[in-house]
Amino acid sequence: MKLPRIPALGLPDLDLSWSRVFAVFLKELVQMRRDRPTFAIMIVMPILQLILFGYAINNDPRHLPAVIEMREDGPMTRAFLASLQASTYIDIVAVSTREDEAEAMLRSGEATFLISIPAGFERRIVRGERPQILIAADASDPVAAGGAIGAVERVAQQAFATEFEGPLAFLARTPAPYEIVVHRRYNPAGETAFNIVPALLGIILTMTMVMITSIALIRETERGTMETLLATPVRPLEVMIGKTAPYIGVGAVQVVIVLLVANVLFQIPFTGSMIAFLLGVTLFIFANLMLGYLISTMATTQMQAMQLTFFIFLPSMLLSGFMFPFQAMPEWARMIGETLPITHFLRLVREIVLKGAGLTDIVNDLWPLALITLVLATLALLRFRRTLD
Amino acid sequence: MSDALVIDVAGLTKSYGGRRVVDNFDLQVPRGAIYGFLGPNGSGKTTTIRMVCGLLKPESGAGSVLGLDVIADSLRIKERVGYMTQKFSLYEDLSIRENLEFIARLYGLDRRVARVDQALIDLGLAERQAQLAGKLSGGWKQRLALAACMIHEPELLLLDEPTAGVDPKARRDFWDQIRRYSAQGVTTLVSTHYMDEAVQCDSIAYIAYGKKLLDAPTAEIPKKIGLACWRIAGRPLQQAQKLLEAAPGVELVARFGAEIHVCGHDGAAIERAAIQVKREQPHVEIERIEAGFEEIFIYLMAESRDNFQ
Ligand SMILES: Nc1ncnc2c1ncn2[C@@H]1O[C@H](COP(=O)(O)OP(=O)(O)O)[C@@H](O)[C@H]1O
Ligand SMILES: [Mg+2]
Repeated sequence: MKLPRIPALGLPDLDLSWSRVFAVFLKELVQMRRDRPTFAIMIVMPILQLILFGYAINNDPRHLPAVIEMREDGPMTRAFLASLQASTYIDIVAVSTREDEAEAMLRSGEATFLISIPAGFERRIVRGERPQILIAADASDPVAAGGAIGAVERVAQQAFATEFEGPLAFLARTPAPYEIVVHRRYNPAGETAFNIVPALLGIILTMTMVMITSIALIRETERGTMETLLATPVRPLEVMIGKTAPYIGVGAVQVVIVLLVANVLFQIPFTGSMIAFLLGVTLFIFANLMLGYLISTMATTQMQAMQLTFFIFLPSMLLSGFMFPFQAMPEWARMIGETLPITHFLRLVREIVLKGAGLTDIVNDLWPLALITLVLATLALLRFRRTLD
Repeated sequence: MSDALVIDVAGLTKSYGGRRVVDNFDLQVPRGAIYGFLGPNGSGKTTTIRMVCGLLKPESGAGSVLGLDVIADSLRIKERVGYMTQKFSLYEDLSIRENLEFIARLYGLDRRVARVDQALIDLGLAERQAQLAGKLSGGWKQRLALAACMIHEPELLLLDEPTAGVDPKARRDFWDQIRRYSAQGVTTLVSTHYMDEAVQCDSIAYIAYGKKLLDAPTAEIPKKIGLACWRIAGRPLQQAQKLLEAAPGVELVARFGAEIHVCGHDGAAIERAAIQVKREQPHVEIERIEAGFEEIFIYLMAESRDNFQ
């Protein structure tokens, strides 16, 4: 009789048979289809979340407190003021001729908008000098500000449209004889609704992908089917791939849903390189699946898995740059943020959507995602217990 | 290590929370045998079986299963072993067919569809193959589980209380099936609580509190236990039974219809008890008998209460 051998520690078992992977994949797919409530949640949740957040994006903003800085008092500016007053988009809380006074109100939050009409506005408009109307918005809440800025711009346009009639009809041309300049205050990164949607997608994917896969193994353990699974020659890597692969499809469906809903319901189109975005979002889904799967190797009950998921979810919201500007965070918070998949996804999305980055520009955000995926997968494989111990 | 031994393990030990639930367990099962594994609840049967098929790592001990190292080669052992868990552990949300196909795929079987078809026919479930496994009654679940652990034609079957809670007819069918496999050379280690099943085994290992107390060919077991038995016949027997239960040296009082069998290791004490009963209840007949399987297994089962601590 041989002495017991100590099984090699260290490297995870990378044995792989694609037919066994396919067996697990197929089984998961059937189970997913049969689990109607969960399946419905996976599809409905992104829609609900987007609509919920979406109203903050696109909800016709009404009654936003605005301060008007009037540097000129003439028929045209007075008419403009009147139509601003008539508008339900903004509530004029003060009309001031002093810049510092108006600025102070914006700073203190008494007003979320400052609309400034420069001196000599009428004269310069008639001369065709395109004077500037400055709209300064408190964009510290980019979600709300994005939609509101658009609304104020429309009000301004409508106000002048009624003015440019009769003898001034020649001014009703394009481009408009004036220029609207929007300053987003307190949000130098210039977040816009266009990148809020993909960022929201990041949050939605983090939530669903991690949550679903976090119970991947626990469900087997709790139902007792783990014993059957472990009694077969299936390898840990095969279980991992087979169990997570169906959710790549779910993630893809969610991406499509979110982009469609954003476009159809809120008229927010996707701008930027779609290929770069798809590659980024795919890697991001991988990372989240591995994160969830790792959780499922650590938790022993669904409750624990949920708690761990939220443990991941909170920093994903708070430390990733989603809520607060990343660079403004303290060093330790940035370090935590760097380890989260969503941080890199948000960066990548910003670059694609705001700066028009293509595939080659986002390599710096892609490799950290790939690295995170690899590290998480390795950890999960090392944690996977081949026995019931 | 002999080729004829399909299971050859020694010193298997496993502890939970500092308590040895399997203690220094040895087992030799020859090829083609039906080996019965008996013991009260919590005595360590499931734990032992799991160690044999590589689902639990023994903290000490070694051995071979199908000639492969029980610890190092557990993956290769799994390919050749069919393990039926005590609790139904197939997927309740998969259909009968899907369960079988899943298992067949995991073993990488050729002719998968044909095999699954055949298994469904053997099971008598061909018509209901689309039904969810969770909707099956206990007996059908048992048969499905057996079909699932047989689909890759294993050389060794490990059956953990396969017939618990199944009706007698289904149990008989089940055992007919096991004997057919055995005739084909499949080795079986089966744990059970049922006496009528135990006597069908070629050999029996009996475990209590994690320790093996008995391991012998079934035919030799009565002699090994060495119980002295007396039969008390006649009616009424209530009074006689009370007297016997109170008598010193009596370890088993079993009622069989109009007779009582009273047994114990101390032959003289049992004889005294029987004579005492005859004196006080003159209407009964007393007679010395050989201890049979019934007495032995009632004794074994009664002797050891549930081992949970
Ligand atoms: N995973 C476990 N954790 C703690 N104790 C366990 C575990 N599995 C089994 N036990 C204990 O080990 C003992 C033997 O259990 P088991 O092998 O299931 O017995 P049997 O199958 O004979 O009923 C029991 O006392 C049981 O409570
Ligand atoms: Mg048991």
